[in-house]
Amino acid sequence: MTRREAVNRRRGVLLLAPTVLALGTLTVYPGVWVLWLSLQHRIPIFGVSRFAGLDNYAFLAIDSRFASAAATTIIFTVTSVALEVVLGVAAALAIHAQRGGRRVALSLLLLAWAMPAVVTAKLFEWLYHPTAGLLNVALGGHALNWLGDPHLALPAVVLADVWRTMPFVAVLCYARLLAIPAELYEAAQVDGAGRLATLVLITLPMLARILLVAILFRTLDALRAFDLMFVLTGGGPAGTTETITVYAYRALFQTLQLGFGSALGVVVFVLVMAVAWAYLKILRTSAVTA
Amino acid sequence: MRRRVRTLADTLVLAALASYAIPFFWQLLTSFKPEAELLRVPPLLPSQLTLAHYRAVIERSLMPQALANSFGIATLTTLLALAVGVPGAYAVARLPLPGKRWLLLAIVASTAFPQIATVSPLYLLMRALDLRDTWSGLVLVHTSFALPLTIWLLAGFIREIPIEAEEAASVDGAGLPGLFRWVVIPLLAPGLAATALLTFLFSWNEFLFAYTFTVSEASRTIPVALALFPGVFEVPWGDIAAASMLASLPPVLIVVGLQRFLVRGLVAGAVKE
Repeated sequence: MTRREAVNRRRGVLLLAPTVLALGTLTVYPGVWVLWLSLQHRIPIFGVSRFAGLDNYAFLAIDSRFASAAATTIIFTVTSVALEVVLGVAAALAIHAQRGGRRVALSLLLLAWAMPAVVTAKLFEWLYHPTAGLLNVALGGHALNWLGDPHLALPAVVLADVWRTMPFVAVLCYARLLAIPAELYEAAQVDGAGRLATLVLITLPMLARILLVAILFRTLDALRAFDLMFVLTGGGPAGTTETITVYAYRALFQTLQLGFGSALGVVVFVLVMAVAWAYLKILRTSAVTA
Repeated sequence: MRRRVRTLADTLVLAALASYAIPFFWQLLTSFKPEAELLRVPPLLPSQLTLAHYRAVIERSLMPQALANSFGIATLTTLLALAVGVPGAYAVARLPLPGKRWLLLAIVASTAFPQIATVSPLYLLMRALDLRDTWSGLVLVHTSFALPLTIWLLAGFIREIPIEAEEAASVDGAGLPGLFRWVVIPLLAPGLAATALLTFLFSWNEFLFAYTFTVSEASRTIPVALALFPGVFEVPWGDIAAASMLASLPPVLIVVGLQRFLVRGLVAGAVKE
């Protein structure tokens, strides 16, 4: 090792030390601690605190509320992400086709993405108001109780989430569209390709990779989504919008089951990591073939 | 003719996007509507505009305190995340590190870390250290949570800096502080701005930790104060609308005024390898 390399190595460790300290104490350490908590029965108000082994996890297998929360999480994630991708690509294509006003267009889109999810929840709570809500007025004066009807509440939450996060997908796709070389389109024109053929054979394949990344990010976000349903419906009515994350939160801080709630948190963690790992595999193979 | 068709198409797209933002504009309109007309729709437009809801929110609610808390916490989080993140990102991007592969993997993995998984131990930690209801507690937690993405973004931007600039500086005998002061920070400025905006927005918008680690009303941040906005006999829709608009003010200003940096940060996060 030359002297220069030794200096650089020491510098690297020095510069990274604060990061390692911060992530170590406030992410990794709690990450290990939560595993330990999840192996315990801990209900502070009853003074219960004892080792439980895998009891909390075993209970999940027979817990119908968990089964329902898991189903809700999956339905919410799949429908939200699917709608976001379709609408996001459409919005990106529309903005890209514009000659002027792109900045204004992006502002209108990003507005929805940039504000706190709690604000989104408040906007939609007002839109969904049974008598004075804009949505019911627009639907011709129906008095639909969007957030109170077990059949409508989950679609209502999905709609709010799509509104908030579609712009993220749109902006990523739009940036990718800007980077497609114009020669490709010129070549297609020379070959006599129509608009549809150009879209299907050139534009969409060029978007494939960024879409995979966008889907990954959005899926991870949707799996751990909390703010929107917690504020908009609180998991109700009748538990129809309760995701695993909301269930975990209520177990932790409303019924004060620290052990069981932590086990639910660990489940979300494992779910997120499994999805991330699977996607990275797909991304890597698609990088080879593309 | 063709030109007119294009202009028409442009207008249609803008109109479609403007209607996409209707939930926001409707709330904006609601915040200026007289109380008596709130629940009487149609007509959609109010007979007159009023500032009564804003006055109520500013004079008689916790929102001013919450705005100050959020502004302070988000600003300090951004500064701390950059102070820790810039050196960290430089090490990741440019220097040899033991176990670098695993380190990078850990950083990427922790950007996906769900908050719900660490909220229970962090709650116990905050309680044990007496950090509940303090700015410091939330700043520390927000910083550690934002840090992986901060480093990921900054490392990408640092790799774009021509290495010759840094080499020239070392030849001139600049030490580590000099290198940052004269080369890295100035060349990194646009990327630094993009990263700072995303970190600020994360902290400003964050709800789960802020909700869990605050007990007293006076220490609530904006999202918490808004989620728990009190109503005595009925829901004060007009006041909530006004409070929502105040909560959206910094994000809206960033989207409109600093869009270039925001988009740059968003895209960089997704395409950097």
